[in-house]
Amino acid sequence: MSAPFAEASRWREALIERVVRQTPRVVSVFLRAPLAEHQAGQHVDIRLTAPDGYQAQRSYSVASAPGAAAIELAIERLDDGEVSPYFHEVARPGDSFELRGPIGGHFVWRPEDGGPILLVGGGSGIVPLMAMERHRAARAPQVEALLVYSARSFEELIFRDELLERRARDGAFRLVTTTTREPRRTAVDFDRRLDRTLLREILAGWGRAPRQAYVCGSNAFVEAVTAALVAEGVAARSIRAERYGGAA
Amino acid sequence: MATRGFFGRPPGKDAARRLPPGQYETRDFPVLSMGPTPQVELATWRFTLREGARPIASWSWPEFEALPRTAWRGDIHCVTKWSKFDTQWEGVDIDALFAAAGIAPPTAFLLAESYDGYDTNVPVADLTGGRGMIATRYDGAPLAPEHGGPARLLVPHLYFWKSAKWVKGLRFTPRNEAGFWELRGYHLYGDPWREQRYTGDP
Repeated sequence: MSAPFAEASRWREALIERVVRQTPRVVSVFLRAPLAEHQAGQHVDIRLTAPDGYQAQRSYSVASAPGAAAIELAIERLDDGEVSPYFHEVARPGDSFELRGPIGGHFVWRPEDGGPILLVGGGSGIVPLMAMERHRAARAPQVEALLVYSARSFEELIFRDELLERRARDGAFRLVTTTTREPRRTAVDFDRRLDRTLLREILAGWGRAPRQAYVCGSNAFVEAVTAALVAEGVAARSIRAERYGGAA
Repeated sequence: MATRGFFGRPPGKDAARRLPPGQYETRDFPVLSMGPTPQVELATWRFTLREGARPIASWSWPEFEALPRTAWRGDIHCVTKWSKFDTQWEGVDIDALFAAAGIAPPTAFLLAESYDGYDTNVPVADLTGGRGMIATRYDGAPLAPEHGGPARLLVPHLYFWKSAKWVKGLRFTPRNEAGFWELRGYHLYGDPWREQRYTGDP
């Protein structure tokens, strides 16, 4: 068990293959790096080095499915950030930096974990959930999944086109979005804050009891959603949370 | 090797001295937990010292509040890379806890155990001698549930995942047994100054 972990702690060179704009505030960075295959939900650490030797490290969740040709990170530009502006304004194909991982063994979903699975994301909290949904669709398409995704606006839904396409063609995948600062664009979506009442309504519409729930977003979002799920009868032990906090 | 076009924003002199390798300073207090915040009621709260499965000593909330108090002010470091300076905590020193229980530590290792099923291992020597406490107050107020209230372990010289939230007791173990994150690729000891984040770090 410790051999792969020890392997994951070694810094390696990551080569940027593509940088693709996802939303006004998020870019996807596609990388080639000699890492062991990750599990859906895991993250990597990255390390950037300035000419004077100063280094900065951050953690980013992996958005790509395990086994994908390139590792995809989706990076939100944070106001006053130190590292995220590099990815938005400087990074281009052919550039490289250091990376290690994959890291994290709790906020993960594997096909053998089964379902139905409930994924609830707020803002950039969608990223590790996207890896799970992509993995599910590729390796366990019979497992049912509901993704509840809250963002400020339609334009700020990361992976929006891909998600809408998955909703249209995959009967096992249900997507419900809620936009908190803009009216909804379809009758199956919402435009309210994701509170207990809205979650109850969405879960009732799905009609499944989740075997596992994964909740990712800001701390306030995760606190509200996990408390609401527990109040709605989802077992606390079946809920896994990942909270994004601090600067980046 | 430098990253093309990256200059960063190195911390000032004081912060640079106080930041372990790979950390940056944050002014807010980020929260990281593995699941929902458990609702721990003071009326039923207990804190128990165990040797293996056997309880050695146990306190209710009023009994725990009556123990001698200690305060600590200093810097904390999370393995997710944020550090927060000058945090202020109050609680019960581990030395005082052992004294109140009338015990000498029976083994050299323990697991801090939490109400949500989390646990983490810490050598006893890292908690005694004024190096650890069970904290019940932060910044002059009762510890908020999302930060581990009513009580959490505070062992600030190690990465903060060792400072277990919602702690319900300490269990002495014959060996250094890995806890929740330690079983999932995180370092067995977790010294931020040696950057012991993950299994395989020196």
